[in-house]
Amino acid sequence: MSESLTFHYDVDGEDFTSAGQASVQVKKNLRRLGIPPEIIRQVSIAMYEGEINMVIHAGGGDADVIVSEDRIEIILADHGPGIADIELAMQEGYSTAPDSVRSLGFGAGMGLPNMKRYTDEMTIDSKVGEGTTIKMTVKL
Amino acid sequence: MKISEIVNLLDAKVICGDDMLENDVFSACGSDMMSDVLAYVKDQAVLLTGLVNSQVIRTAEMMDMVCIVFVRSKQPSEEMIELARESGMAVLTTDLRLYEACGKLYVNGLIGNGRKSHE
Ligand SMILES: Nc1ncnc2c1ncn2[C@@H]1O[C@H](COP(=O)(O)OP(=O)(O)O)[C@@H](O)[C@H]1O
Ligand SMILES: [Mg+2]
Repeated sequence: MSESLTFHYDVDGEDFTSAGQASVQVKKNLRRLGIPPEIIRQVSIAMYEGEINMVIHAGGGDADVIVSEDRIEIILADHGPGIADIELAMQEGYSTAPDSVRSLGFGAGMGLPNMKRYTDEMTIDSKVGEGTTIKMTVKL
Repeated sequence: MKISEIVNLLDAKVICGDDMLENDVFSACGSDMMSDVLAYVKDQAVLLTGLVNSQVIRTAEMMDMVCIVFVRSKQPSEEMIELARESGMAVLTTDLRLYEACGKLYVNGLIGNGRKSHE
C-alpha cells in the first residue's frame, strides 16, 4: 500500500442509538485491509470513545480515518461547545456528562485518557464556542 | 468453557449465535458501565450486563468479545440482535441478576483476568 486511503463519516449527533456506527464500520474496513488485530483494536477503541464523545458532548461531527503505509490517523472534528480546560478533561474520572448519559453506560470520564492510552500520538485542538478537533495516530 | 455450558449454567435463552455454542471462551466480565469495559477489560470474551442498548453490542465488538449475556430478563431489540449477527456474536438472556450470573460462571471455572483495575 503506497498511497493512503481515507474513510470519511458523518457522525450524527441527534441520535444516540447510532453512536458508534462509524467505528464499527472502520473496524470492518481495517479487517478487510488485513491490518493486524491488535492495531485494529487500538484504532477502533480510540475512535469509538471519540465518536461517542462527539455525540454526547458536541452534537455530532466529522470523522476521518487515514490509512497509510506506516500509520493510521484518526481525525475527529466537531463544532460543539469546545473544551475549556483540556488538562482537566484528560484526567481519569473527570466528566461533565449528565446522569442521562451515565444511565446509557457512558460518562465515567475515561474516554479521553483511554484514547491517549490506545494511541501513539494524540493532539486536542479546542476553542470554547467553536469546537474541538482531536487527532490520533497509531503507528503500524 | 463452551458457550453451551454458559447456556446451561445460567438457564439462558439463545437469542442468536446458535452456530457458536461449541466455541470455547476463557474469561468474562460483568458491568453496566460501557466506559469501564472500554477502559479496563483485557481479552475477556464474554460480557454480562444489565444495560440494554446498541452501544453494548458495539462496545463488545470493539473489545473483540464473542458473547453477550443480558441479565435480569432484559430483552435486546431487533436492531441490536441484527448488529450482533453482523458482528458474529452470540447473544444470550438469563433471568438471573448480574451478581448471580457472574458468580455461577466464576465458580465453574470461567475467570475474570486476575488483574487489578490499575494494572
Ligand atoms: N468533543 C468534545 N466536545 C466538548 N467537550 C468534550 C468533548 N470530548 C470530551 N469533552 C469534555 O471532556 C470531558 C471528559 O471526556 P471523557 O474523558 O471522554 O469522559 P466522558 O465522556 O465520560 O465525560 C467530558 O465530560 C466533556 O466535558
Ligand atoms: Mg467520553
